[in-house]
Amino acid sequence: MVKAKINNVDVEVPEGTSILWAARKANFTIPTLCSHPDLVPGGQCGVCVVEIEGIPGLKRACMTPLGEGWKVHTHTARLMEIRRQLVELILSYHDTDCLTCIKNNNCELQTLAATLGINTVEWHNLEERLPIDRSSVAIVRDPNKCILCGRCTQVCSNMQTVNALAVNHRGYSTVITAAFDTGLGNSVCINCGQCVVHCPVGALYENSHIEKVWDAIHDPDKFVVVQEAPAVRVMLGEEFGMEPGTLVTGKMYAALRRIGFDSVLDTNFSADLTIMEEGTELVSRLKTGKGLPLITSCSPGWIKFMETFFHDMIPHMSTAKSPQQMFGTLAKTYFAEQRGIAPEKIVSVSIMPCTAKKFECQRPEMRASGFQDVDFVLTTREIGRMLREAGIDLNEMPDEKADSLLGEYTGAATIFGTTGGVMEAALRSAYFLVTGRELESIDIAPVRGLKGIKEAEIDIDGLKVKVAVAHSGGQARRLMEKVQDQLRSEGKSEYHFIEVMACPGGCVGGGGQSWGSNMAKRARRGESLYAEDRSLRYRRSHENPSIKVLYEKFLGKPNSEKSHKLLHTHYYKRSTVDGNIIAEQ
Amino acid sequence: MVNENQCNCEQAQEEELYDKLQEIIKEHKGKPKELIMALHKAQNLFGYLPHKVQEMVAEGLNVSLSEVYGVITFYNFFSTVPQGRNDVKVCLGTACYVRGGQMLLKKAEKELGIKAGETTEDRRYSLGIVRCIGACGLAPAMLINDDVYGRVKTTKMIEIIKKYE
Amino acid sequence: MNLVRNHVLISIDAGTIMAGARAVEKTLVNEIASQGLTDEISVLETGSVGATGQGVILVVYPEGVYYGNVTPQDIPELVEEHLLKGRPLKRLILSEVPRQHVIKKEKTGLLKEQPRIVLKNSGIINPENIDEYIAANGYEAIAKALTTMTPDEVIEETKKSGLVGRGGAAFTTGIKWDFARKAAGDIKYIVCNADEGEPGTFKDRLILEGDPHKLIEGMLIAGYAVGASKGFVYIRGEYALSIERLEKAIGQARQYGLLGDNILEGPFSFDITVMKGAGAYVCGEETALIESLEGKRGHPRNKPPYPVTEGLWAKPTVVNNVETLANVPDIILHGALWFRGYGTEKCTGTKVFTIIGNVATPGLIEVEMGTTLRDIIYEYAGGIKDGKQFKCALVGGAAGAFLGPDMLDVKMDFVNLKEYAAVLGSGAILVMDEDVDMLDMLKSVLHFFRHESCGHCVPCRLGTAQLVKIIDRVSASKGKKDDIDKLIKIAQVMQATSFCPLGQSLNLPISSSLKYFGDEIRSRVR
Repeated sequence: MVKAKINNVDVEVPEGTSILWAARKANFTIPTLCSHPDLVPGGQCGVCVVEIEGIPGLKRACMTPLGEGWKVHTHTARLMEIRRQLVELILSYHDTDCLTCIKNNNCELQTLAATLGINTVEWHNLEERLPIDRSSVAIVRDPNKCILCGRCTQVCSNMQTVNALAVNHRGYSTVITAAFDTGLGNSVCINCGQCVVHCPVGALYENSHIEKVWDAIHDPDKFVVVQEAPAVRVMLGEEFGMEPGTLVTGKMYAALRRIGFDSVLDTNFSADLTIMEEGTELVSRLKTGKGLPLITSCSPGWIKFMETFFHDMIPHMSTAKSPQQMFGTLAKTYFAEQRGIAPEKIVSVSIMPCTAKKFECQRPEMRASGFQDVDFVLTTREIGRMLREAGIDLNEMPDEKADSLLGEYTGAATIFGTTGGVMEAALRSAYFLVTGRELESIDIAPVRGLKGIKEAEIDIDGLKVKVAVAHSGGQARRLMEKVQDQLRSEGKSEYHFIEVMACPGGCVGGGGQSWGSNMAKRARRGESLYAEDRSLRYRRSHENPSIKVLYEKFLGKPNSEKSHKLLHTHYYKRSTVDGNIIAEQ
Repeated sequence: MVNENQCNCEQAQEEELYDKLQEIIKEHKGKPKELIMALHKAQNLFGYLPHKVQEMVAEGLNVSLSEVYGVITFYNFFSTVPQGRNDVKVCLGTACYVRGGQMLLKKAEKELGIKAGETTEDRRYSLGIVRCIGACGLAPAMLINDDVYGRVKTTKMIEIIKKYE
Repeated sequence: MNLVRNHVLISIDAGTIMAGARAVEKTLVNEIASQGLTDEISVLETGSVGATGQGVILVVYPEGVYYGNVTPQDIPELVEEHLLKGRPLKRLILSEVPRQHVIKKEKTGLLKEQPRIVLKNSGIINPENIDEYIAANGYEAIAKALTTMTPDEVIEETKKSGLVGRGGAAFTTGIKWDFARKAAGDIKYIVCNADEGEPGTFKDRLILEGDPHKLIEGMLIAGYAVGASKGFVYIRGEYALSIERLEKAIGQARQYGLLGDNILEGPFSFDITVMKGAGAYVCGEETALIESLEGKRGHPRNKPPYPVTEGLWAKPTVVNNVETLANVPDIILHGALWFRGYGTEKCTGTKVFTIIGNVATPGLIEVEMGTTLRDIIYEYAGGIKDGKQFKCALVGGAAGAFLGPDMLDVKMDFVNLKEYAAVLGSGAILVMDEDVDMLDMLKSVLHFFRHESCGHCVPCRLGTAQLVKIIDRVSASKGKKDDIDKLIKIAQVMQATSFCPLGQSLNLPISSSLKYFGDEIRSRVR
């Protein structure tokens, strides 16, 4: 522990704690624009400079560990003046059309300028309007808003190891772009949106489908169905000022009905269905011993990551579509049939904690219903905005239920929203499918939590099934490299089943979550999902009554020919240069 | 037929260059730390660093393409546009600047019809800026290929440049 | 064995090559042969003899006659007159003999030797021949260190000598080595910073071209002291001749067993790799240089950790400038006391200055630390050109300070200049006469920094952009009344908050130019 004084207040913090965090402990907030609790500080903005008695010059609080006995001053007159000038410098280069900015009221720069009481910018306006990058179906990049804090590039290279975005050119011409400055849509970007989530300003945001969804809702000829991903129910509350992780399933249904969706359904239903298909696939691979380890396919960021960097793993991928896409297919086939609605009239909308889902729904092969299966994808942020536009306060909503056919779900489905959830759900059902008995302890603790790579071993009828769970591109890369090595050197891997999610924390940490998120919030959302799981009557996918009906009336059995046609997919080999498809596999 | 032959000839030349590039990459295979060395050699070979070369270097050295591009765009030395047969560089180091380097550059830009960093359409000249070539005693200085010209006058400059075919 | 009567040194550097040195050399060799003098006259290529702007330069020894602006057409006459008949050819003799490296402080009662340490061999020996270096006591220092001294003793001796880094930061070399020696880890590196990017500085280039073995020996000694077995020279990509000569020298040293495994058949092994820089001023900063060596963009790192504990590939690394390392062999050979005999009490040794601008003989000089600016300009560089008045000198590189006439008698060394809020930097001196427009000068400095800012931190990236915007406006006579105050304000914010010295130091040229020429500059705004 280190003892020191910050603005004459005694603090004691573990060795290595930066002055920035130590000061928060002493209840002083040192402003910063570039550092983020989940990232390594880069020292770009300089706003957090402090004075330390006896040490010449100013030090950046974000990257200076507090020293024993130091006397630190964080808000002297000189520091406050310097901070104002630095922020004014940033503003001189920044597109300050705040009112029309997507981050209006959520912008760290805007907040900081207000906090520091900046009322004029003394410097020249250096702003040069550069073209906005709209090449990606998922993510928009506005260089005019970028303050070059480096969070997005750090996330993209270190956390995700995708290396789509990088700092290019030099000095005053420095920009953050994809290679060759040809736009994110022509890069290896996996659309995970972690850059979006970490951006302090409005330089990165999702390619919005709001207008298109409003148009559909307001079109009397369209029948608009909506599905919500597992993680959305523990996220949406934050858009309305609730505590992170507040479970709002019933309120969410009610709100969606009120803004005019014709049928409010739930992705959790198709999450259970995914388990039936993927679980069956696992069981058959365990029996034949071929194609192991089986790797999950729910995360569209992970899919593109795998297609780009690890396409030799394609034979190991589960062919089961993600819950979003299974739902999409069923909405325009089974649901249309059962409800007697012409599928061409159905507009299928999904609400996702994810930006990559916008890419997934537009993949050319995702048209098993004969139409684009999912038409529009809204992030949690977008639906929050729509509800506010419609004058709806989620806090005031009653608890309602989802509509039937594609609405019922089990606890296994709801934990899909956090890392390890798909694995746990699959094991619960796989155990039953193999043994005909239920798992004794339904909670599989080793695959829970936010550890980078988690491993567990489950005895299924004498077969020790070894599983691994990875979340974030970086951890996925580590795990896949290990598996590749094992496959190459021994011909087989120690693992039977692997879950991969592209985002840290799983979907609760997705690129479509509320602004200002961090790992602590992600953890609380995950805990909420486990709490919902415990509270539900059914906790295993194969127990879902609506799923049973679906198989009886429509699909036959899991992995049937019809299931394969509608609910399974295939993958591509992609270029490491521009992410384009090179070959179908 | 004639056209085809020419085409083949150029292709053959290009193929040869890429063969040589493969040798360079082999030398630095899987060594990200040698990126800048490899890029120097590649640029030596091609005169600039076309996209395909960047992609091959990235793959060979096991560096992401974005990192390769980031490095190339950071350093003055590397160019992503084709270079002319003759590389005209005007020194804008402090000494040369004070003695009229900027005027030389403006004159060169006007006469060649290109800006610094660009290449004439006939690929005869590329124009660039260099920050001090250590010929401060000869300011303002100009570099054409490996030849240094000192005390260059704007009136004489074009004469000098035109000597290079 | 033939007795060579005369040595003709032909200076080969970028400047003389441009002036046609190769053609002159060829004609000279042929002419000597045709006169049947081949056995008596030896023609030696050498690095720069220190003068620039004098065309092709020949020096004939033992007389020590300097010829300038020599063309192939002059050769027959020169050979006949001087080499055959022994009568120096007056019309080609340089009136201003470049004393730049041969500092003729004739024994005016002083008993100490001439202060030629770093440039001792430059222009005298053939830099492409290791034997000539060895003949000039080369590699004796490393032999002495390896056979008679422990690494700690080498460090102690270096500390005692008072040698500080010549790249600009002036950190005590021996202490730096000591930190690295004591840092945990088996693998350590010596990095030589030869990325001479400071405009108006080419001292390192001339050392590299004129005496590359001296650098190699310096690195060997540093490696032995620190416990490193690997060295890198990070050298400017534009320095083609330097790279060629250094690589040749490294090859020769390897052949002689002076680089590689078990040097001089002892346990010490050391080798050197030359890495080409790619043109970024910021890479002169040691952590940016290390990033660049690792194959990345040259963004500076946060300090601490300092390179001596966590440098190249996170290993303890010593980064020393070329000139610093070139001082080391003589310190070890002759001892710290001998070295302390040069310079001042607080700042020992010599300093190589590059002196350019409006002086009669621009070039390179090596003088004792503490020599006054007046002496450097008027004694060595021949005074202001065309008899004009001295206006000021920009000392220490682009981010140095402008020194006015009141500073002419200030002693030029690292310690002393600090007291006047100035820096010695890498030793660049740009002299300006009365006609120079200070606003234009400052504008050039600011443009340079905007171009060379790495872009990592806000104050430097946007500060330099604002500074350029303002000065351009003032320069176009569209300046506003408070523009000059804004320059100062931005420079101060940059000094306080920039991530690395590049942005921090820009305050110096701005504040010093305004100190001396505030009225002149302010008169340009309404």
